[in-house]
Amino acid sequence: MTERKIDRDTKISRRTMLGTLGAAAGLAGSTSVLPGVARMAHAQGSGPIKLGFQVHRTGIGSAYGRWYERVATAAVDRINASGGINGREVEMIAEDDGTDPRRGAEVLERFSSLHNTDAVFGPLFSHVVIGSAPRAGELKMPYFVVSEGHHVASGILNRYTLQPGITDVKSQVISMAPFIADNVGKKVTMIYPDFAFGHDHRDFFSEAIAAQGGEVIQKIAIPPTETSFTKYFPSIPRETEVVYHVMVGPAVLTFVREMGEFFGGRGPALFGFIDSLEAVDITSPGLEFLDGSYFWEGMARHAQPDQTPHEDAYRAAVGVDAKGASVDDPRDVSTYAHMFGVWETLAVMKAGMEASGYQGPDDRTALIEAVEGMTDMPLSDDHPQGDKVFNGKTHQVFGHQNITQLKNGTLERVHRTSIEDTFYEDEVDYTSQSF
Amino acid sequence: MEFGPHLILASLEGAVTAAILSLTAIGLSIVFGVMRVVNVAHGEFFMLGAVFAWYISQFLGTHPALGFVAAILIAPLLVGTLAAGLDRLILQRIDYNPERTIVATIGILYILQQGTLMTFGPDARPVAPPFNQVIAIPWFEFTDAGFEIYWPWGLGITSYKLFIIFAAAVVLAGVWLLMTRTKFGLIMRATQQDRETAQAFGVPVDKVFAYVFGLGAALAAVGAVLVVPVQQAHYLMGFDPLLLSFIVVIIGGLGSLPGTVIAAVLIGMTDGIISVFFSPTLAKIIATLAVAMVLVFRPRGLMGK
Amino acid sequence: MTGKSKSYALHLCLIALLAAAFFILPQYHVGVLSRVMVLAVYAMGYNMLFGYTGLLSLGHALFFAAGMYGFGLSVQQGGLPTGLALLIGLATAFTVSLVVGFLALRTKEVAFMIVTLMFAQAGYLTVLYFGSITRGDEGFVINTAKRALFGVDLSDETARFWAALLLFSVTLLAMAALVKSSFGRALIAVRENEERAMMLGYDTHRLKYVAVLLSGTLAGIGGMAYALLFGYVGATFASVQYSIFPLLWVLLGGAGTTIGPLLGVLFMYYLIDISSSFTDAYMLVAGVALLILCLFAPQGLAGELRKRVFPWLP
Repeated sequence: MTERKIDRDTKISRRTMLGTLGAAAGLAGSTSVLPGVARMAHAQGSGPIKLGFQVHRTGIGSAYGRWYERVATAAVDRINASGGINGREVEMIAEDDGTDPRRGAEVLERFSSLHNTDAVFGPLFSHVVIGSAPRAGELKMPYFVVSEGHHVASGILNRYTLQPGITDVKSQVISMAPFIADNVGKKVTMIYPDFAFGHDHRDFFSEAIAAQGGEVIQKIAIPPTETSFTKYFPSIPRETEVVYHVMVGPAVLTFVREMGEFFGGRGPALFGFIDSLEAVDITSPGLEFLDGSYFWEGMARHAQPDQTPHEDAYRAAVGVDAKGASVDDPRDVSTYAHMFGVWETLAVMKAGMEASGYQGPDDRTALIEAVEGMTDMPLSDDHPQGDKVFNGKTHQVFGHQNITQLKNGTLERVHRTSIEDTFYEDEVDYTSQSF
Repeated sequence: MEFGPHLILASLEGAVTAAILSLTAIGLSIVFGVMRVVNVAHGEFFMLGAVFAWYISQFLGTHPALGFVAAILIAPLLVGTLAAGLDRLILQRIDYNPERTIVATIGILYILQQGTLMTFGPDARPVAPPFNQVIAIPWFEFTDAGFEIYWPWGLGITSYKLFIIFAAAVVLAGVWLLMTRTKFGLIMRATQQDRETAQAFGVPVDKVFAYVFGLGAALAAVGAVLVVPVQQAHYLMGFDPLLLSFIVVIIGGLGSLPGTVIAAVLIGMTDGIISVFFSPTLAKIIATLAVAMVLVFRPRGLMGK
Repeated sequence: MTGKSKSYALHLCLIALLAAAFFILPQYHVGVLSRVMVLAVYAMGYNMLFGYTGLLSLGHALFFAAGMYGFGLSVQQGGLPTGLALLIGLATAFTVSLVVGFLALRTKEVAFMIVTLMFAQAGYLTVLYFGSITRGDEGFVINTAKRALFGVDLSDETARFWAALLLFSVTLLAMAALVKSSFGRALIAVRENEERAMMLGYDTHRLKYVAVLLSGTLAGIGGMAYALLFGYVGATFASVQYSIFPLLWVLLGGAGTTIGPLLGVLFMYYLIDISSSFTDAYMLVAGVALLILCLFAPQGLAGELRKRVFPWLP
């Protein structure tokens, strides 16, 4: 048992050393295990509030990451223009995680120990979230993810990880089933990447469509390294009424085009998660066949006739036109259906910090408790996508989902679910966990 | 879809994969065979070919066919020149030491990838094919009424995909002629067989190596220009072609051009045909293991001496 | 001092230096060192095969992942106690090495490289294929409660550091002893000239097989330790990228040197970490650094040290 002995001894000496450092700075006995040096500046509640932004600048998530960063920058500018948080300016520190779970965890260490951020937000890809979340818990760093994964609400993460700005895949998928069964078709073939989130789609949707009297008659899981897809389409049974597709990554456009070539306009109806075409111009050559097909969209890329003034303001702030493309370059299409999540997450973080009277890292748990205490989030400039309901126990937000139909190159909204449509039973109660 | 049409379709798709793969791999095979170095950056030359093709075609902005012709003439030239320059600047200085070359080409890979990300951005960019008609293929069945021909749903190929197969065959024939019928080919083969002796006979080996390295990269770029109307240009697209090319070159037998082409066809077709019988990911696993087993039982590759 | 005692002094000094770093360095770098030491164990496993035996594998991620998933799945999904799960992880890595070694050693040189690459690729796809158990690319978290051994909570920064140092030190000293042993010298003989080694009466095939087993199992231990100490298991660690990393680390640090793997991991880590704090284009910086190192330090960091300063360096 020498290991344990060494462990105890060094813990003491380390703590003694930290204590000495802290005392020298006029800061007595801290309960935190974090080293003291940079805590000082925060302890007085002066200086800017530092928010770490874990961003996919490189790697497979970079197309999303670029737009997430644009939205985050706009949202922080907006917060600062209206007086910051608790009267303090917000400083955003962005670090690239390379869309890699190991680097993601390392970036959290940098935020915690080098930058002394007050909280961290921003990752989309599930493997980065799950790879980083244990570190967030160990470093006691509030970690606000914008990932739409079911990982938060499923209970596998920890009390420091929250998803208050975007709905999760489970609620998105189950709320689609009634519309599909009633309006598109009951016999469904699913095509999805052989990734965990693809499996989530498969499992949640199969169950939800069965509850509507429909049936998934074929499931085609595409390996992620694939670059050509035509050879898989013959597995789609002839009696299929709807093809449900959700693909991600740089090969998505190939996938959609080859599907069009395969069916040649004679195929079943199409229902897709816009993930299959996020950041892709819907009028790209070869996509003509998509006309008439349906899409899930978190937020409708193309401006709808009844667009709220809140969304007007959001589009303007982010620099996106009515077609969801960059104002400067109409070929530069945004990840519009997802990126609002970053905007709303930052708004929730601000609200949480203000409700808890956040001063510095000692108040991190108060910040989490404040967010856990939130319930209704009304439609506003803070929540341009629509009103939402936050579930403090599962750390997950719920909101409306949109279904659009492509008509002559425009995505027109044909259905908007209620928030209740997206509810499911709680699978965890994070508030019962200790900090 | 019924079994027969499905198999035909999978074979056709496999043939397209094989065509692109053989072009990419033949470039690597020449470099590997003549210079005996592992070029980890080969896939990045493929990626650059695709990116340049996108840039050229959207810069011209004219009819897709014109952009495509310009791309297939210019992109490989640019990529080849760049590669030859890198050879002179770096690989020559480390004397083509096998291990150092791996590190150096990983370095080049990082630089090219990041450079492309910074100038070109992270999005996948489409290039319009010069022509693209869907060609439906008929199938037959024996019903009570006897022999019948019909057009199954989805059984077909596009004219552009057929063109890829054709173009790849032409380029490969060109490479074959270059290697066997020209003085440059003779010099290359001499260098491949015995570097020292070739040098003693007055072959400027350094220069030959720079040309070979450039040629290998240019062939990868040709493959990329051909594929980019079907897939899209993306800064991370080089990795899979790199792995597949390596596999093809080794399975074919080091330094054997016919072996490389045979292996490309074998692997491309296996990939297509196995997908008929198994679920997609399982098919990939089985195809990968099957090809690995070829090497386990024929360690020198199919055509290796 | 003889070369042998110098080499032991060097290794003990290095361990002492790492231990001292815990008290001197700020928290952040202590955390970095924990991770670097675990990855260095992986790199040492790789070095055993590549640096000392001369076999270039591009499939070591398979062994790393075998240890990681063998342990992770049995502790998290199977609910087994941590100690037992670690043994299962070890057994998994060993078994995978046994099979891969048996098949892949029929080939040589580049063919060996490709065969190992393809086995690893098949392994990666297998992790995705059994997504309902492994959660595929997304991976899974190992409960903090399960990350304790002999009553020590390894999710604690301090415990983690000492556990990583203990593992690293044991591996380093074992490697140092191994390369000085007659077995180690026989491996080097195989690397230098296999035919001559064979004529000298060595059973080179058996030597290489044992090297694959040791190397693969050690890589698996690295994977296991990573899962245990950092609490995450995911398919990324089975991807080709993680087969190329150890090759890069070992080449940079110095192939066929005992301290090279650690130097290589440290160098790459801080190269990325430091450059990423002042530029987005850190991969560009890394690429240029690799080229410079390759041009001016062809033997790797430890290799250059051996060539220029300490000829006795093991």
